[in-house]
Amino acid sequence: MSTAIHLPRSGFDFSNANRNAFLEGKGVKMPKATSTGTTIVGCLFKDGIVLGADTRATAGPIVADKNCEKIHYISESIRCCGAGTAADTEFVTALISSNIELHALSTGRKPRVVTAMTMLKQRLFQYQGHIGAALVLGGVDATGAHLFTIHPHGSTDKLPYVTMGSGSLAAMAVFESGWRPSLEREQALQLVVAAISAGIFNDLGSGSNVDACVITATHTEMLRNYVMPNVRVEKERKYGFRRGTTAWTRENVRDMVVSEESRPIATAASGEAMDTS
Amino acid sequence: MSIMDHNGGSVVAMAGKDCVAIASDLRLGAGAMTVAMNFEKIFPVTDRIYLGLTGLATDITTLRDRFRYLVNMFTIKESRSIEPSTFAHLVSSTLYSRRFGPYFTEPVLAGLERTPSGGFKPYIAGADLIGCLNFAEDFIVAGTASDKLFGVAEGLWEPDLGPEDLFETISQTLLNSVDRDAYSGWGAIVYIITPEKVITRTLKGRMD
Amino acid sequence: MPDMSAIANPQQRQFNPYAENGGTILAVAGADFTVIAGDTRQSEGYSIQTRYASKVFRLTDRAVLAVNGFAADGNMFVKKVKQRLEWYRHNHAKDMPLRSIARLIQTMLYAQRFFPYYVYNILGGIEEDGTGAVYSFDPVGSYEREACRAAGAAQSLLQPFLDNQIYFKNQTAARGYSHPAHLPLPDVLSIVIDSFTSATERHIEVGDGLEMYIVMAKGQTLPDAVTNLLPEELPSTGDGERVFVLKRDLKKD
Repeated sequence: MSTAIHLPRSGFDFSNANRNAFLEGKGVKMPKATSTGTTIVGCLFKDGIVLGADTRATAGPIVADKNCEKIHYISESIRCCGAGTAADTEFVTALISSNIELHALSTGRKPRVVTAMTMLKQRLFQYQGHIGAALVLGGVDATGAHLFTIHPHGSTDKLPYVTMGSGSLAAMAVFESGWRPSLEREQALQLVVAAISAGIFNDLGSGSNVDACVITATHTEMLRNYVMPNVRVEKERKYGFRRGTTAWTRENVRDMVVSEESRPIATAASGEAMDTS
Repeated sequence: MSIMDHNGGSVVAMAGKDCVAIASDLRLGAGAMTVAMNFEKIFPVTDRIYLGLTGLATDITTLRDRFRYLVNMFTIKESRSIEPSTFAHLVSSTLYSRRFGPYFTEPVLAGLERTPSGGFKPYIAGADLIGCLNFAEDFIVAGTASDKLFGVAEGLWEPDLGPEDLFETISQTLLNSVDRDAYSGWGAIVYIITPEKVITRTLKGRMD
Repeated sequence: MPDMSAIANPQQRQFNPYAENGGTILAVAGADFTVIAGDTRQSEGYSIQTRYASKVFRLTDRAVLAVNGFAADGNMFVKKVKQRLEWYRHNHAKDMPLRSIARLIQTMLYAQRFFPYYVYNILGGIEEDGTGAVYSFDPVGSYEREACRAAGAAQSLLQPFLDNQIYFKNQTAARGYSHPAHLPLPDVLSIVIDSFTSATERHIEVGDGLEMYIVMAKGQTLPDAVTNLLPEELPSTGDGERVFVLKRDLKKD
């Protein structure tokens, strides 16, 4: 009789797939996952890559997260922006980041952007688009600075400037009129901020703040909340309640601080702590 | 009707000054019919972490047991209690492992995270049904009344509320939101977690 | 195996006569005033059609109508209501009382029962007895007088907040005190502004600008706190009731 503990196996587990397919067949609507709406961009400049992203995560027409991070870490000099199904972009970039680190240790070399791109595209193609991750991958490696887009079905494009997400058209309009080869760092950053801002203000699926990341051969600078054009104004009123406004019927207090009081008990045996008779 | 609405129920968590609160309704439904008014959706994970689950009741129960197992394994292997941020990632990975046949539940976590100096910091997080984590500073909502909870919480929440004030704010948020939702309500329970104690209160609300 | 059902089954395409233009409206009745507010964003899908399109319209000195849903139907419906009110004014030598306007709106909406105006209407103003009134309608004319109502995209976000702050639901009063039946105008305006800023934070279709119409009963003056906000007074015909407008910016993302 085996009593081995069955630890969860890594990778996808399809045990609920039959049950869920049955429910769908019965006409039950499947729930929607958090999508990032999103505007993500990347552009090449003289010394490397600038990546940019907005920070809004939506669930339908509701803003689920006002300040989420869409620029994911792949390696020291490689970052990846993600649009589409938020859980998918999070996990696929984490998986490839992990594999890239192992790969780097195995090869003894700094990782290359094309390697990350190939790993991502092969995984996404394997799942035939069911992993809803649309990515902008950029970084600097031994061969130079590279920028790619990866679509959920696994196709890739190598370009000097790219945009993805529901706000991609607004951002691309800015890029098409503003990008030129050999931009300086400041100009490239300004262009990226303008592109993301176009997405934030003109696309309802994107909003809140601008995140940016500047990657050069020597240094990667993550600029979280680089521009915050949408801070909430102070409310007109304070909405504090009087203590006792909410009626409750039962209370239970679990004290975590165990306080102990020791009171020595006087015994017949004079002063001895232990009776050794 | 979506599968997430079948049993009904909602959960909200809020962060305060050195405390967090998590609250839920108590209804269990089968479509429009209410079947139970004592269906707890918030479970203690450790002394300082509470997990709330909304969505399909059978998945709530299954995940409650699954996380109990996973947290026990963690505790045995690492000889320490799991921290809220680690547990959040554990929840995320567990849900994502079922990416193509998900558990129909949206978890909400509330807890106190140890700081390097030995104190405690409030920590709240939520996830969608496939594990996308949301680390908000203010509040997390989930369930059939999530839209209503968003609206009221956005209006009532303010930073740095003490435990008693946070209790009032989260209770008013929950009660008014579930009163506008047909699938949530029939009783409510609130947990206020501070470094010294955990106060549990059952609220008096509309029973319809 | 690729999904062949899309190719195999016959399809029928049909022109959809309606569109969803987003936005949110809200109205609160006070003891001798009514506030009717709406954001100014008009959207379709993920795009903004315009950042400023009014959804709140002055009908008479004592009636203001807010419309939300399908903007084309909303604008046309308001036009038709205004035309009916002008006929009434010429035939009866007076403005239509508010509850009669409400009943008129019901019959106009129900007349289109089998190809409805896709609009959620909220009528606010001053009744014949000088009290503030809010009437809310569904697209085919079912209506009810209330103290406060929110409609539109962010209805589910705003209505419970209003229940708590205007009706004091779920709040136990302090011993010996009771909750006021009506709130004063400055408080109501603050609650309305905060409702819209909250809705803007959490709903993508709400934002850009806020218009608040205040209808004051005969003989009532605006409190100082409100005059300091410099509302614009709309021209009145001298019956006594007055209409003021306050505009605010909302977040544009």
